[in-house]
Amino acid sequence: MSYKGKFRVWRGEGGEGRLEDFTVEVNEGEVVLDVIHRLQATQAPDLAVRWNCKAGKCGSCSMEINGKPRLGCMTRMSTFTEDETITVTPMRTFPVIKDLVTDVSYNYQKAREIPSFTPPKDVKPGEYRMQQIDVERSQEFRKCIECFMCNNVCHVIRDHEENKTHFAGPRFLMRIAELDMHPYDVADRKDSAQEDHGLGYCNITKCCTEVCPEHIKITDNALIPMKERVVDRKYDPLVWLGNKIFRR
Amino acid sequence: MTQQTAESPARKQRAQLKVRTLRTDRWWLAPALTFAGLTFFLIYGFWAIFDKSYFVEPYIAPFSSPCLTTACPEGARLFGWAPIGDWFTLPPGLIILGLPAGFRFTCYYYRKSYYRSFWLSPPACAVGEPHKKYTGETRLPLVIQNVHRYFFYGAILIGAVLSYDAILALIHKPAGLGTWILLVNAALIVLYTLSCHSCRHITAGRLNHFSKHPLRYRAWTFVSKLNAKHMQLAWASLFSVMIADFYVRMVAKGVITFPFA
Repeated sequence: MSYKGKFRVWRGEGGEGRLEDFTVEVNEGEVVLDVIHRLQATQAPDLAVRWNCKAGKCGSCSMEINGKPRLGCMTRMSTFTEDETITVTPMRTFPVIKDLVTDVSYNYQKAREIPSFTPPKDVKPGEYRMQQIDVERSQEFRKCIECFMCNNVCHVIRDHEENKTHFAGPRFLMRIAELDMHPYDVADRKDSAQEDHGLGYCNITKCCTEVCPEHIKITDNALIPMKERVVDRKYDPLVWLGNKIFRR
Repeated sequence: MTQQTAESPARKQRAQLKVRTLRTDRWWLAPALTFAGLTFFLIYGFWAIFDKSYFVEPYIAPFSSPCLTTACPEGARLFGWAPIGDWFTLPPGLIILGLPAGFRFTCYYYRKSYYRSFWLSPPACAVGEPHKKYTGETRLPLVIQNVHRYFFYGAILIGAVLSYDAILALIHKPAGLGTWILLVNAALIVLYTLSCHSCRHITAGRLNHFSKHPLRYRAWTFVSKLNAKHMQLAWASLFSVMIADFYVRMVAKGVITFPFA
């Protein structure tokens, strides 16, 4: 069953632009990205949209649909009423290149700032021995598809551009937690999580968790455990004393 | 609702939408309900702490337990002790108030809820916050939130005392409605306390080799299951402690008088 859907789509380059109204055919079983593609094919051939897998696994088609960060390919049209106007805008935390395509290089910059996996010097590749229960916490974080919607929705940088220099965002604080929990990683990540990557800016309001299309419990399983590890290192005199006495 | 616009050139490269949010759902409902719920609790707590009808054999109101001064009736004292003596003339509940209040105030779930509903930072996801600057929990006073685990240790003691009170009530008045209200409340308080993120960290969260500590890993697994329900337990125990406290005070005042009260 088809109907004519009402869409408002952000058009423009750089920050300048406007919301343009379109009426476009919507068919049963379609997702928002399908309709954006039909719009491109029939009415706005120069409409820019980034996409790739159409299966919710590449993280390319992140956008904001009715104000909420969503993957265009995973947002079913059946979740809207037929008379509803659907507003589609680019992610609001990152600079716009054109229309729905944003420049997400902030995220790659932050990724580069995190020291990579650092095994002990005396353990060679192929000698790692660990049990499943030792690594399964970190494996949850490996589900990340790098859609960057968590960083987009995080108010620390969404509402405060000036924090981008010293806040890595939930995606990369989760990466730090993943490495810190790894049984074979020996790099000291607790101090740098707080001092260099801005873990203290996180006020655990859980928007990153709410928007994650992979349903990773970013706040409960990565950010809060990492905050607790930082407390061990920096704010808990009993842990400090215990470490001194038992020479841990 | 107009968007606050930062003037930096980088900010101007973002889509210049002149609205605070484009969300069309009722995003304001959750923070509004949270604000109402927490405000109601604060008002009730303020009234309860100064109310003197906190004990009626064998019940003691949770907001005033443990009762540690000589002003407390004999039966209300914990193990019959009054370690604070008679110099403290303010309501006895004030002495221990700091532990459960501090535990909830620094709790990771409550932080989320009041940052959203009272401080609007942010009020909801993808809704602009009204503040021009944001430093989060990096400096005073909010860096003090990191003491949460110490309040957790105190909350364990309070949970134990409330459980003891409920068991005493069960021994002396097993058919009393108040007994069962106190028992349910004690269970919810203990579950909420154990589901705490700091508890999860202390059991084994800080370890990297679960396989070397099987008992701690099992404890962590149990606490993790509880932790997934931390929000629900936070609200359930918040209301249960108010209901239990109010019930005991009403029995003590003689407002509730039926035989199995």
